[in-house]
Parts: sequence; structure tokens; C-alpha cells
Amino acid sequence: MAAGGAGKVSVLLPTYEERHNLPLVVWLLVRTFQDSGIDFEIIIIDDGSPDGTQEVAEQLEKIYGSDKILLRPREKKLGLGTAYIHGMKYASGDFIVIMDADLSHHPKFIPEFIRKQKEGNFDIVSGTRYKGNGGVHGWDLKRKLISRGANFITQVLLRPGASDLTGSFRLYRKDVLQKLMEKCVSKGYVFQMEMIVRARQLGYTIGEVPISFVDRVYGESKLGGNEIVSFLKGLLTLFATT
Amino acid sequence: MTKLAQWLCGLALLGSAWAALALSPPGLRLPAPCRQALLPLPVYLLVAFGCYALATVGYRLATFNDCEEAAAELREHISAAREDLRRRGLRF
Ligand SMILES: Nc1nc2c(ncn2[C@@H]2O[C@H](COP(=O)(O)OP(=O)(O)OP(=O)(O)O)[C@@H](O)[C@H]2O)c(=O)[nH]1
Ligand SMILES: [Mg+2]
Repeated sequence: MAAGGAGKVSVLLPTYEERHNLPLVVWLLVRTFQDSGIDFEIIIIDDGSPDGTQEVAEQLEKIYGSDKILLRPREKKLGLGTAYIHGMKYASGDFIVIMDADLSHHPKFIPEFIRKQKEGNFDIVSGTRYKGNGGVHGWDLKRKLISRGANFITQVLLRPGASDLTGSFRLYRKDVLQKLMEKCVSKGYVFQMEMIVRARQLGYTIGEVPISFVDRVYGESKLGGNEIVSFLKGLLTLFATT
Repeated sequence: MTKLAQWLCGLALLGSAWAALALSPPGLRLPAPCRQALLPLPVYLLVAFGCYALATVGYRLATFNDCEEAAAELREHISAAREDLRRRGLRF
């Protein structure tokens, strides 16, 4: 792919306590984009992490240059949804990639997202753990069962036309993401789900690329009973209102 | 129409069709064997759907890809990244 031919990509990286993961994911991103000749910028939105993520981010800015690494921190932990909105304000790309900074999403899939986008001129390309070669690493049977069960119920109730509703590794056309952000009100996993449901309502097209999800190596994971209850609540809300 | 409304419409439609056929007054009744088969139909459908759900989730659970290669590859990439970043002067 020739430089510039794909359009510029802005990657939004929200971070909270990711000082171990952030440099690694940025390094992988830069290498991926350089190898495939895609124009890019990385926007890091750190919510005042007490572990010094911001300090590492500043070092990365020095290494790669402030045209490639944009630091747009916020004072305190204000949540993931608003972090995307905040970061998007500074994005200059034609496409926006949203991903986790905890290395569970490998940047190598981004060129595939872009290829897919071109192939069908899609408004959104969503990574999926539930199709083709997609999958997860590091989950025990219980977590897999919850994931598969939740996905089945969601498919039956909402018929969303996309196989991975709760995943957060996606590419959006910039204007499409802006529209969707204005409409979506949910929090947590439900937010990702609502994005797809609203996208369908607004008539946007969605392509899918199988991804492998490798559970975080560094840092805490936090799927508990609370998450399941709020997921079900959110699902029923979407079921009754959309 | 919301998804909930779609479901209610569908259920109402099927339900009234079933009720009309299975519970009709004596004069308009279907032949007895037909009725006999119709009466428990909703229960059969429910059980069939339950089986389908269990089988689908069970199958997908059993075939959930474990991505060992992806994890191994990531480990390699991480050590390459560490080495290169250190060379560029990053203090972890
Ligand atoms: N800026 C910002 N980033 C956040 C916040 N909460 C989470 N993040 C980041 O969002 C991404 C996803 O969060 P995770 O904690 O990995 O959530 P998850 O993937 O659902 O759960 P685990 O990986 O199992 O812990 C990571 O890059 C986090 O650092 C927040 O309040 N503000
Ligand atoms: Mg994560």
C-alpha cells in the first residue's frame, strides 16, 4: 500500500494504569504502520494514572515525535466513553481506530481492518473473536462460557448483524464515529454494543475481521458479578428501546 | 419498532394462530388427531429452542479458538519491543 493511499489513521489509546503495556503497544503500532506505509497518529488519553503512565507516554513522545504521539491527558479517571470523545476532538485522520492499550488487541490487525474497509467501503470494521480464525487466549472455561452465553442471548434478542458486540477493537470512519458518540449513552461493555446497534439503525455498514484476543499479561483484570448484572441490564434496555 | 415490540408482535401472531386452531369451538374443530398434535405444540417448540440454545452454546464453547500461536507471537514481539525501546533510551 502506498503512503497516504489508505488515508490517515488516528488511533485512540485510552489508558489507566498501563505503564507496562503502553510502550509496547505503541512500539507495535509504529512498526505496523511503518511496515505497511500507512499515515498515522496515536492519541494517548491518560486519566491521571497513579502508576506513572503519563511519564512513560512523555518519553514515547520524545522518541517518536509529537506529530506521531499526541498526549491528551485528563486530570482524573472519568471513564472510557468520555475518553474516546475527548481523544476524538484532536484526531486528524480519516479513520479512527479504537483499541485497548493492554496488549489484548494486537496492532497487526489494523492493516487487515483497512483492507476490509476498502474492500466493501464499510463505515465500520469490527474485530471479532467469534468468527473464522478469531479467538481468545488466557480465558478459563467459566469466562468462555459467560462470553459465549452472553453473545448467544444478545444475537437472539437484538439480531445486530455483527458477531462481536462487546469487543472494542474497531475502525470507524471519523464522521461516523462522531455521530455514534453523540447517540450512545451506555457505559462499559454495553457501550460497545450500543455503538453497533445504533450504527445499524442509522444504516451504516459493518465489515468484520477475525482477531485473536490475548488476555492482558500485565495488570489487573476485573470481570466480576457486577459486570454481568450491568451487562444484562444494558442488554434489556437496548432490547426495549431500540 | 423496538426489538421488544417485534418480539411481542411475532409471539402474538403465532399465539393467536395456534389458539384459533387448537382451541376452536366444537363446530369448527379440526379432526381429533390434528388437534391432539397441536395442543402441546408450544411446549415442544420451547423445548426445541432450549435444546438448540444449549447445543449452539456448547458447540461454540468447545470450538472456541485458544490462539496459542498468537500468544507466543505476542511474547516474542514484546521482547523485541523491550530491547528496541531500551536502545532508544526508554526507561521502563
Ligand atoms: N482514559 C481512561 N482509560 C481507561 C479507563 N478505564 C479503562 N481504561 C483503558 O481502557 C482499556 C480497556 O480497559 P480494560 O481495563 O482492559 O478493560 P477490559 O478489557 O474490559 O478488562 P480487562 O482487560 O479484563 O481488565 C485499557 O487500555 C485501559 O487502560 C478510564 O477510566 N479512563
Ligand atoms: Mg482489556
